[in-house]
Amino acid sequence: MKKNENIIPAILGFILAFVWLVPLVWLIGTAFSKASFAMSLVPNSGFTLDNIIYVWQNVPFGKYYMNTILIVVVTFSVQCVTGTLAAYALATMKFRGEKLVFLIIFIQIIIPNDVLIIPNYRTLSDLKLTDTKLGIMLPFFGSAFGIFLLRQTFKTIPLALSEAAIIDGCSTLQIIRNIYLPSSKAAYISFGLVSVSYHWNNFLWPLIVTNSPENRTLTVGLALFAKSKEAVMQWANVCAATFIIIFPLVLAFFIFQKKFINSFVSSGIK
Amino acid sequence: MARTSNVRKGLSKQLEIDLKAWLFIAPALAFILTFTVYPILRSLWLGMNQLEMGMPKPYFVGFQNYVQLASEPLFWKVMRNSFAFSLLTVLPSMALGIGLAIIVNKKIRGVGFLRTAYFYPAVMPMIAIASTWMFIYMAQYGMLDQLLASLGLKSLNVLSSKKTVLPALSLMYIWKEAGYLMIFFLSGLQNISTEIYEAAKIDGARPWTTFRKITLPLLAPTMLFVSTIALTNSLKLVDHIVIMTEGAPNNASTLLLYYIYQQGFIYFDQGKASSLTVIMLVIMLTVSMLQFIKTDTKIYYN
Repeated sequence: MKKNENIIPAILGFILAFVWLVPLVWLIGTAFSKASFAMSLVPNSGFTLDNIIYVWQNVPFGKYYMNTILIVVVTFSVQCVTGTLAAYALATMKFRGEKLVFLIIFIQIIIPNDVLIIPNYRTLSDLKLTDTKLGIMLPFFGSAFGIFLLRQTFKTIPLALSEAAIIDGCSTLQIIRNIYLPSSKAAYISFGLVSVSYHWNNFLWPLIVTNSPENRTLTVGLALFAKSKEAVMQWANVCAATFIIIFPLVLAFFIFQKKFINSFVSSGIK
Repeated sequence: MARTSNVRKGLSKQLEIDLKAWLFIAPALAFILTFTVYPILRSLWLGMNQLEMGMPKPYFVGFQNYVQLASEPLFWKVMRNSFAFSLLTVLPSMALGIGLAIIVNKKIRGVGFLRTAYFYPAVMPMIAIASTWMFIYMAQYGMLDQLLASLGLKSLNVLSSKKTVLPALSLMYIWKEAGYLMIFFLSGLQNISTEIYEAAKIDGARPWTTFRKITLPLLAPTMLFVSTIALTNSLKLVDHIVIMTEGAPNNASTLLLYYIYQQGFIYFDQGKASSLTVIMLVIMLTVSMLQFIKTDTKIYYN
């Protein structure tokens, strides 16, 4: 009975899934097959690693990888420190000016960073930080999303626990480390997945800030390659380059699909 | 005597808490103030200045930038384009998002695979999506034109025609966004109790009636919230323009944020770019305020 009821949505669902997967299948297929003049959905020219090797040798993707990993890791680490401290105060203390703090943090939720490229770039040049990796990261060191997410989680931890710890002579930082951090692992994982995906994929700000291959990220590198003269009509190479920059994240997503989706649901407040 | 000292003790205790709280918040707040609040104020100021390439200092001109923008046909074209792009993407991707959520909310074998297939574009960078779709849309050799040719139709070359460029970009964006919006509707659907559906079934309600009379009204709060996300996302989208069209043909695909980028970093007219930033800030603010005004008046709770 129940099975029959779901047969139409199931068929429709699989047809849509097929349509949704076409670009990815084509992208991977083309990246790994011999370059051909005609474009076809199912590659028909034989498997090869030439495109990947060519792109890897001609574009400094290794350097871009190192830059992107560094940016993603440092940004998230700093966000964790600033976010944890702020969230702890907002979750456990009643203090004067609380509303003002919420208002300021809330502004970041409404105004996405991308809109502020002009004034932020000027700030960066005042600080002499243009064309640096630090300049790419700096505007993101305070994350409103992270603060709200962690605060929500910290609120569920009973205050009695930390009161007992204070009697035992624990300092606030010890309380955070020994009580709050271990009980909020899931929130930190969500925060991490959203933050890492955002910064791995971010494009406009790194494009504006960087000027030299020394500091470029993967997305900027791909954009420059895809628009370069040598890439015109060379879809096998562009697909190989695209594959190089997406596969870590897409692979991680295919493996940890549930965790990613749950984390992105909480990113709605971003 | 004892009482006053208690009060004083209470006061200094509160002061201690205040100080400690602000100390803990200070690092995060410092970054948010420097890179979100201060730049908003700075755009307001710069927007009232003339600041072009080669000018060492901004020159105050009041509202002249805005007056000039209002008289430029290109500015209005950009606003129309942005509005059209939002209109073409927000409603379809929301409708599709609801549809996908309903499908993956059913007990279907392989539902995890379906969810993965719909959602994966959300974890791909827009730049990668644009690089891929560029070949789908490419003139003559692209997948779309090849498909049309094999059906005996004329090739369209969608990215270089004024009429088709925005719809083509919208289609690509709907494909990326629908799966992302799906997850919010899915969690909305999972919050609706199954009892209501069972009751409707006993009463003999048809699926379409159930959808219209139960699912949609109960999803209303989610829809409101999702529409803000979708609208904000579509307005701030610019990566695909950089890769695929750079505003071509004849600015038919120039969107507001791309226009800001172009004025500020290609033509180095930072005064004008700042006025445009202020206009965009007002739009962003209005979009998020809409949500608050409406939530008070119309909401269905479970």
